[in-house]
Amino acid sequence: MLEIRNLHASVDGNAILKGIDLEVKAGEVHAVMGPNGSGKSTLAQVLAGHPAYEVTAGEVYYQGRDLLAMEPEERAQAGVFLAFQYPVEIPGVSNAYFLRSAYNELRKARGQEEVDPLDFLQVMEDRLKLVDMEDTMLNRSVNAGFSGGEKKRNEILQMAVLQPTLAILDETDSGLDIDALRVVAHGVNQLKRPDNATIVVTHYQRLLNYIVPDRVHVLAGGRIVKSGGKDLALELEAKGYDWVTGAAA
Amino acid sequence: MTQPYLADFETFSSNGGGAGPDWLPPVRRAALARFAALGFPTPRNEDWHFTSVAAIAESEFHPLPVSSGDVKPEDLAPFLFGRGDWPTFVFVNGRYAPELSAADNLPLGVRVMHLARAWRDAPDVLERHLSKIATFDEHSFTALNTAFMSDGTLVHVAKDVQADAPIHILHVVDPIAARVVMHPRHLLVVDRQASARVIESYVSLGNARYFTNAVTEIALGEGAHLAHYKIQRESQRAFHVGTTEVRQPRDSKYASFSFATGAALSRTNIYTTLEGEGAEVWMNGLYMVDGEQHVDHQTRIEHAAPNCASHEVYKGILGGASHGVFNGKVFVRPIAQKTDGKQENNNLLLSDKARIDTKPQLEIFADDVKCTHGATVGKLDALSLFYMKSRGLPAEVARRLLIYAFAADVLERLEVAEVRDALEDLTLARFTRMDEGAETAESAESAGAIRV
Repeated sequence: MLEIRNLHASVDGNAILKGIDLEVKAGEVHAVMGPNGSGKSTLAQVLAGHPAYEVTAGEVYYQGRDLLAMEPEERAQAGVFLAFQYPVEIPGVSNAYFLRSAYNELRKARGQEEVDPLDFLQVMEDRLKLVDMEDTMLNRSVNAGFSGGEKKRNEILQMAVLQPTLAILDETDSGLDIDALRVVAHGVNQLKRPDNATIVVTHYQRLLNYIVPDRVHVLAGGRIVKSGGKDLALELEAKGYDWVTGAAA
Repeated sequence: MTQPYLADFETFSSNGGGAGPDWLPPVRRAALARFAALGFPTPRNEDWHFTSVAAIAESEFHPLPVSSGDVKPEDLAPFLFGRGDWPTFVFVNGRYAPELSAADNLPLGVRVMHLARAWRDAPDVLERHLSKIATFDEHSFTALNTAFMSDGTLVHVAKDVQADAPIHILHVVDPIAARVVMHPRHLLVVDRQASARVIESYVSLGNARYFTNAVTEIALGEGAHLAHYKIQRESQRAFHVGTTEVRQPRDSKYASFSFATGAALSRTNIYTTLEGEGAEVWMNGLYMVDGEQHVDHQTRIEHAAPNCASHEVYKGILGGASHGVFNGKVFVRPIAQKTDGKQENNNLLLSDKARIDTKPQLEIFADDVKCTHGATVGKLDALSLFYMKSRGLPAEVARRLLIYAFAADVLERLEVAEVRDALEDLTLARFTRMDEGAETAESAESAGAIRV
């Protein structure tokens, strides 16, 4: 589904990613871990098409398409979804309008008919339950004045509405208490299907108790320095990142 | 520069255009003399520092002797907020058009009439207020309007009457009205404890180059409440100068909204004096321009009594190589203790060539007051655009939605839902061209070029 080859990226002329190779197949959950500044969030942002990051070398193929040549909205329409580490507040645009617009754009891109506001509310009903959100959230402006936990849940709600083929969760666990973490993880697990894939970017192993990865990769200095099964996360938790980043030097 | 107007005045007078009660001709003469003495304002005049009216002064505009409009009722539909049933007074090319107006559905105690009829039927109201609220000593455009005023509306709401249905004064200019000057003059009188809603629209059916020079005077009674919306959608080649002056006695409420999106050059003046305790004013506005347009608002709120409140929010969206000006004056006189004054002006620049001069001006001569003011200038947020695009919204949709979002909170302050909905739609549709914002959203943290 996703194939990353020798990916290099920089921001403001500073190289952050220095040769990432990664392959993700349908049905898999990959965890990307690493210390602060290792480049794991950059990887997530580059895959979504954040304009501040410049890809200086390498290739990324998504379902056989050149992902890097696609605009962010084309990537989204093709099924790529990034749950932001810091979801953006958009005062003046209601959550309902935003979600429905996004939902309909995806439908249009897939040659499906748009849904009207009433039908959309029906779509929303069970998606809201999935992330334990009240429907009053729909009338509020996108993320404006939301607590940290509400913002993260709103990201998963968007994911539940848009049903991505490739979901990238960027530090979705940061700032969440254990109850919110469970809700978010439950949502992600419920959305898992044999034909989609998830990349979980996280600093801590904690989230991986709830979203169990098939593969774990450790990023350090802009490269993947170690890959393994789900036990690698536990080993990291026990031994600390120095254990692997030392090996990178 | 003033000469053509002086010559036209002689024609106007000899054609009976100066008709009216006996007190009126001397007022016209005095106003014309004052206009001749003042001339058109120049940028040396502090109130006109950022707005040059040379293009108006150097063009020749003439009054239209008779109504020449070929405007049909269906042409007006886009401007009626879906409410053709509201009392609607229509002016075509500056001339009252009774055949297009609907004046027969007024509630008891509400009088709305053309100025020409008001000279006969309501001379006392006119004499009491006309040219007494909007004075022309220092305002040459008001002087010019006063000399020529003949078409306009008197709205009079008797005491204790609640006129809920908005009264719509609609100025339409058709495509053939080139080089026409119009001097609409309106007087809105809302007596004690009465309330009303009045919409003043200035719209164009074509792309003619003409000049609207409007003056509206507003007299409120004690405890009266007026919502007053001015909607300026003139032709992109037109010139528009509009002045509204208000007097607010004790406990009166005046809620003003100025929506300005048309004209090559527009200047809107809205002045109120809070003369009695407990008076309150809301002055809000939204201006949206692009291309080479110039839009200027000058507001003045004079706190001349204790315990009054003023709330002002103006927002501006500027694309292309447009130029916006906002000058908001708030004066608090020594007597005006316990004044509560808030003023805000926020601007969104969609292009590197767009420009805004914003000048909030707060002058306080009382010591026990609560006043704040502020102004901001920003661009579309690159991160917000990326966020929306990452959810599948095309760049153009994301951009329009963000522009709309910027304006949303000021539009929400409109209490008439039909007007609010219409202006929201206009806002969503206003900036649709991709080229407009091609180089806009390059924010500090973004390295790559972002097309928005």
